[in-house]
Amino acid sequence: MDLKEKLLSSFMIFEDKVDADTYVHNVRNDAIKTFEEKGFPTKKEEAWKYTSLNKILKEDYSVFPKQENALEYRDVKKYFIHDIDTYKIVFIDGKYSSHLSQTTHEGMDVCLMSAAFSKPKYRLVIENYFNKAAGKDGLSSLNTAFSSEGAYIFIPKNKLVEKPIQIIHLSTGNESALMLQPRNLIVIGENSYVQIIERHQSLTDNPVLTNSVTEIFTKKRAIVDYYKIQNDNLNASLIDNTFIKQQQESIASMHTFSFGGNLTRNNLNFYQEGERIDSTLKGVTIIGDKQHVDHNTLVHHLEPNCESHQDYKGIFSDSSTGVFNGKVIVEKEAQKTNAFQANNNILVNDRATINTKPQLEIFADDVKCSHGCTIGQLDENALFYLRTRGIPEKEAKALLMYAFSNNVLSSVKIAELKQRITKIIANKLGVSIGFDL
Amino acid sequence: MSKYTEDDLREELKTKEYEYGFYTDIESDTFPNGLNEAVVKAISIKKEEPEWMTEWRLESFRIWQQMTEPEWANVKYKKPDFQAISYYSAPNKKPKYNSLDEVDPELLETFNKLGISLDEQKQLAGVAMDVVVDSVSVATTFKKTLAEQGIIFMSISEAIKEHPELVKKYIGTVVPQKDNFYAALNSAVFSDGSFCYIPKGVKCPMELSTYFRINQAGTGQFERTLVIADEGSYVSYLEGCTAPSRDENQLHAAVVELIALEDAEIKYSTVQNWFPGDAKGKGGVFNFVTKRGLCEKNAKISWTQVETGSAITWKYPSCVLKGDNSVGEFYSIAVTNNYQQADTGTKMIHLGKNTKSTIISKGISAGKSQNSYRGLVQINSRADNARNFSQCDSLLMGNECGAHTFPYIEAKNKSAKIEHEATTSKIGEDQIFYCNQRGIDTEKAIALIVNGFSKEVLNKLPMEFAVEAQKLLEISLEGSVG
Repeated sequence: MDLKEKLLSSFMIFEDKVDADTYVHNVRNDAIKTFEEKGFPTKKEEAWKYTSLNKILKEDYSVFPKQENALEYRDVKKYFIHDIDTYKIVFIDGKYSSHLSQTTHEGMDVCLMSAAFSKPKYRLVIENYFNKAAGKDGLSSLNTAFSSEGAYIFIPKNKLVEKPIQIIHLSTGNESALMLQPRNLIVIGENSYVQIIERHQSLTDNPVLTNSVTEIFTKKRAIVDYYKIQNDNLNASLIDNTFIKQQQESIASMHTFSFGGNLTRNNLNFYQEGERIDSTLKGVTIIGDKQHVDHNTLVHHLEPNCESHQDYKGIFSDSSTGVFNGKVIVEKEAQKTNAFQANNNILVNDRATINTKPQLEIFADDVKCSHGCTIGQLDENALFYLRTRGIPEKEAKALLMYAFSNNVLSSVKIAELKQRITKIIANKLGVSIGFDL
Repeated sequence: MSKYTEDDLREELKTKEYEYGFYTDIESDTFPNGLNEAVVKAISIKKEEPEWMTEWRLESFRIWQQMTEPEWANVKYKKPDFQAISYYSAPNKKPKYNSLDEVDPELLETFNKLGISLDEQKQLAGVAMDVVVDSVSVATTFKKTLAEQGIIFMSISEAIKEHPELVKKYIGTVVPQKDNFYAALNSAVFSDGSFCYIPKGVKCPMELSTYFRINQAGTGQFERTLVIADEGSYVSYLEGCTAPSRDENQLHAAVVELIALEDAEIKYSTVQNWFPGDAKGKGGVFNFVTKRGLCEKNAKISWTQVETGSAITWKYPSCVLKGDNSVGEFYSIAVTNNYQQADTGTKMIHLGKNTKSTIISKGISAGKSQNSYRGLVQINSRADNARNFSQCDSLLMGNECGAHTFPYIEAKNKSAKIEHEATTSKIGEDQIFYCNQRGIDTEKAIALIVNGFSKEVLNKLPMEFAVEAQKLLEISLEGSVG
């Protein structure tokens, strides 16, 4: 039985288990029909031209974890940003772990999707926002059909959330192969501000496939800084679908740091539904081995006077593959749009591959849109200069690579997170020098 | 004219009709509509082709039958009914003249309307013309001069008869029959086209040029061009087109193959101005062209194109950089107006070491048109030190048109250096203001800016063609180009 059939038949069992809120129930039923129709994407689809899911879909994933697993905090502490106080929403094998988490209901809701689905007081929010931004493609629909758990964050008007929120998904590998489908809903009210860090971590050598959907709504003048850390082990694959709907004058930024994982696919979609909106999409990818990272971004400019900034840096060694497929659509109404897109890549090895496709679709005339894309090597002269100053080759290369990705790192606003990422980069490049330049 | 604004320009663009719209009534020897094996055979027999050619056509036809029309291009149109097209039409009184006096006067009139009378052309800077009216070569000039150098320049049907060994060796090697839907169709039914062979070490003394023209209502035109530059040779080849105004859509599916052997250089320039349809988007030529060149060691192929006509353009002149140190270039201006749609660009396939490619593409969209750049730069794992520079700029005039960029970049070699940049903007108000300030009226200012915008590409055209290209830009964007 292939994965699609398995998922379709499990859906029946699943839908019986969860109590049937009529709205969500209908949405799930519609979604499974869409998935049945569309299935998993194949390389024949333009958006999946360079990324094949065939290999990872062959595993015999268990769709529902059989038991609840507990972990000790000291064993997983290193995956947290633990030196600052944060709210935490932690899941182990897709199930909420209350003793690792720190949630709140004081003045805002930082809690669980399962609670939001079942309790009547959240009903209005669910009916107004759930599945209102997510796409109707096969993978998002699959997640929608199985949506039951994830992070639920609701920030009301005029609220400055003083500590960052961490969303952490851990998998223990007590199952032979596990498929996870977390579903997050984040609503940020007028004039509010929040920082969110998301991380998926597998603690096992058994294959894990995560098909995650996150919906983010930013109201008027709301600000969100979102950071995704993807540094999983080589058996874990991640398909991340994020949909951000922005209202006027809101500012949303998304930083994606991809260092680990077997296959990572980021579907990042921004919809600008008001005037004077600012969207930022940045990413650093440093991979080796046979890793595959695919950034598929969309910025849809629907209203005038908006801006978008994209900056993706990639360093690829060994037999790794990097894909960047960035799309900017500027609709007829979206006059005075400024849209910028940059994608810079370094190939370290002949076996590594880069496929990049920065796309512009522009229907308005009074716009400034540009994209730039480069593939190249480290500057020999710069490398030589560093070496004449007594810096060994490896360290010198690492320094240059760090400098290469610094444009993205410099806009990370949480100091501890920045430190953590520079450490991961140093680790990844095999050097032990500190990068607090 | 001081109050001439962009709105006026837009208005003018909308109402501007195709200037070269006329139809010459020459009795044609035309096949009934429809396509099947018998028709393919009949074309071959009619052209007195050898058996291997007939077989090759039939093979292509069988491949074509298995294929479906590509749909990935960013264009929308009603698919042509391939059974409603006549696949062969030749001017009835197949003229074989020694002097112009013997030529059908009506035909001469056609040339005069286009301002390219043969006399004039003969005198013009030594340009040899191989004029194709509706598929069959009518006149070939300067053949003798070329023959002295050993250069073969003739219609492909003649070449099949006179130089079968060359045609047989190279046809279909760069664009295989099964390459794509339209290439397969062309391989099966191609009516005529040009053939050119430059022998070893010869530098062709003049610009070779052909004029293609669609003349018969409801006739698809399927040219096949084959240019072979032998080791160390050089040739500059020009191709230009205008077509009479017709109401129904005309299909055009040409194939151009260029082969540059070691140290050879081919410069291929195109000015395309087929009927783009009227202001309401009715009619117009469907232009589905496959153009590709193969570069051996140290060879160079340079494509330059000015695309102003056709309702639908689907065209990607490409370079396969097979030999080490080979160079590929692509310079393009694509202008779309009214309801025109263009999806054009290039493919640079880097296979050899130290290969270089340059892509400069300028798109200008006005009216309700859609203009897309679609390009591929592929660096193979063995192509050490490959270098690519791409630049595609789009200029938008009015808020009902669209400009799109689809660059595909695939790199598999660590020493590859690739740069790609693209910009989209409109003519800046400050730029126009600056010109106005200096006493240049708005119309001239727009002309100046558009001209400057396309200069990089216009400069690449051979002298004779640059004049014509300017003329065509004038027609397409009347009032904006001086």
